Amino acid sequence: MACPVLGPKCSVYYMIISVWGVIMLILMGIFFKVRSPALFEDVAVDEGEWHSQGMDLKYVKSKYDDNALNCWIAAALYALLFVFSFIQQRMNARQTYETS
Amino acid sequence: MSMDALLRSEEMTLCQMFLQSEAAYACVSELGEIGLVQFRDLNPDVNAFQRKFVNEIRRCEEMERKLRFLEKEINKDGIPMLNTGDNPEAPAPREMIDLEATFEKLENEMKEVNSNSEALKRNFLELTELKHILRKTQTFFEEAHQHQQALHDPSIAEERVGLLGEDPVTRSGQQNKLGFVAGVILRERIPSFEVMLWRVCRGNVFLRQAEIEAPLEDPITGDSVYKSVFIIFFQGEQLKSRIKKICEGYRATLYPCPETQAERREMAIGVMTRIEDLNTVLGQTQDHRHRVLVAAAKNIKVWSIKVRKIKAIYHTLNMFNLDVTQKCLIAECWCPVADLDRIQQALRSGTERSGSSVPSIINRMQTRMVPPTYNRCNKFTQGFQNIVDAYGVSCYREVNPAPFTCITFPFLFAVMFGDMGHGLIMFLFALFLVLKEKQLEAKKIQNEIFNTFFGGRYIILLMGAFSVYAGLMYNDIFSKSLNLFGCQWVLSPLSPEYNVITSKPEERIFVDPNGTFTGTSYPIGVDPIWSLAKNKIAFNNSLKMKMSIILGVSQMFFGIALSFLNHRHFQRPLNIIFDFIPMVVFLFCMFGYLVIMIFVKWLKYSSTSKPQPPSLLIGLINMFLFNYKDGEDNMIYSGQQGFQSFLVIVAVLCVPWMMLGKTIYQRYLKRYGQ
Repeated sequence: MACPVLGPKCSVYYMIISVWGVIMLILMGIFFKVRSPALFEDVAVDEGEWHSQGMDLKYVKSKYDDNALNCWIAAALYALLFVFSFIQQRMNARQTYETS
Repeated sequence: MSMDALLRSEEMTLCQMFLQSEAAYACVSELGEIGLVQFRDLNPDVNAFQRKFVNEIRRCEEMERKLRFLEKEINKDGIPMLNTGDNPEAPAPREMIDLEATFEKLENEMKEVNSNSEALKRNFLELTELKHILRKTQTFFEEAHQHQQALHDPSIAEERVGLLGEDPVTRSGQQNKLGFVAGVILRERIPSFEVMLWRVCRGNVFLRQAEIEAPLEDPITGDSVYKSVFIIFFQGEQLKSRIKKICEGYRATLYPCPETQAERREMAIGVMTRIEDLNTVLGQTQDHRHRVLVAAAKNIKVWSIKVRKIKAIYHTLNMFNLDVTQKCLIAECWCPVADLDRIQQALRSGTERSGSSVPSIINRMQTRMVPPTYNRCNKFTQGFQNIVDAYGVSCYREVNPAPFTCITFPFLFAVMFGDMGHGLIMFLFALFLVLKEKQLEAKKIQNEIFNTFFGGRYIILLMGAFSVYAGLMYNDIFSKSLNLFGCQWVLSPLSPEYNVITSKPEERIFVDPNGTFTGTSYPIGVDPIWSLAKNKIAFNNSLKMKMSIILGVSQMFFGIALSFLNHRHFQRPLNIIFDFIPMVVFLFCMFGYLVIMIFVKWLKYSSTSKPQPPSLLIGLINMFLFNYKDGEDNMIYSGQQGFQSFLVIVAVLCVPWMMLGKTIYQRYLKRYGQ
């Protein structure tokens, strides 16, 4: 087996972080899709462009949807990181098992 | 068990123990295992070297030294030391001799193996250097031979070295017979070696050198060094002795090198076989050493624990007194009254184990000395007890704040922390530590930071749980608010601000609670509308400050109430009159009154109140400055001015009451007798 890229502690740490990231980002994506007002200040609403569109509500809604999609893409990336670090952790465990 | 058990420190008693000399060791071992007594030193002014068991302690320390040496050797070889986690009892004194013999044997074996391998390595180094010399000088002599042919022609100048061996050529007054020495020297020293030779021998010697590519291992230190082979050609005995002295000074090792090609080849073969033999022997020595260390590594942790326990027992025995009949040892110890049965049982089993017929006696003594404070803790309360003890260990039989701290400390932490999301993460982390505590404890991790967190795992668990609750109250999850019950601020379409929202959405509007607030509060926590408000922080500051004052002042009142319990227990009525009561009055007049005002203001004013309600902070400052210039509309209730002035005067009078009352009263008693 090729030697693992991450060490034993690093891979476990990445696994924990990616689990947290997946759960939290999926929930955030849902909250953006539902257009919760608490997240309004995190939506990048450009005043000028909004004004040029005549203060249309659809503009804000599309921005919300963009953010939701971004969150879900980030959740997918974290899921990939989880899979990668899980494989690394398995390789590390096997190495220590073989040498001991 | 009385109700006082958790509230105060344990009731302790001074006991005297009479132990038979044979049974003493076993009894102290049993008492050490249960860990419930604290012995008093009955020989405080005796020097450590004059105590009774000083020889045994010396032997123990000798054993510890041997164990440390073995551990160092084991670590050098990288062998893992087995840590089964079992807790062996201290062995009997006769077994100590067996242990000593084992350690002595192991130490001698290790020392022998180490010195042998050192000698072998030195030998190996010499042979390797000789091998390199024989190889390198081959080239020197070959060159010399070529020049030797050239030198038959006398017209050619003679700076080149040459003539060695069987063919001396007579030349115009030149050397017939050149002598040479060959050796090995550290590479760094060659330049200065050359210069020194040139100077001392006035340029009449010739040095040739070649580097040895592979690094050689120094036998003593073990690190690899680079060396070079050199050969020096000279004529005459005087030069030879000078060269030898210089070589000695530069720590170059000289080797006898045969002159003829055939002899050199023979020698090379001999050296190769000897090197191979040495390698085999070295390998076997290392194997033997490794085997000895692996066998020792299995038991070394258990041995260390046993030796430490023996040493501790003898230290304790040193504190005892030998009575007049020289037959038994007398010991004095503090122990909890509740545990006297367990201690007697331990003494009985110790006496049985040692096979003595006379039982050990323990009896309680009356004394005026203040006993030590012992708070019985389990793994949950131990963390909180440590925090409380860090501020100062309570006196004997005082109220122990630790059981209350178990809740108030995490609760006040949560009031500061107050976030559901982060609190949940803290809670989950501590939950992991608590559920896996047996495995983590067995690992015996040395990392200090991890041990700090692990020791406080129950504290962190409670802090996380309370923080989730406080986050629910502050309506804060990862700094965002949740709308669980529906917002209670409704902007009706008829209000003028509504048009502003629809026509100029980017502008901020001022929402007056008078028309907007529906009147029913958000059931649990802060209304989520505040997360959209620009003055959210100003509102939250006021809310949290008032809550902190209420909680803090209540805790201070609670602390003073505990001191009343102390005064009642120790029967000090003076303290109640001159300490407790003025403290309560003072606290109430200043901050208790403020707490009441906070509640009054919260209850009296609503969103429909027309004038701005008066500020409590300004009101408090004016109370102490007796400043009532602003008039009636700044008063919350009628008669406030008179009542507040009365409170301030009473508070000021409490100060001399607290400071001087008891002193004056006691002086009066002493002077006029009682």
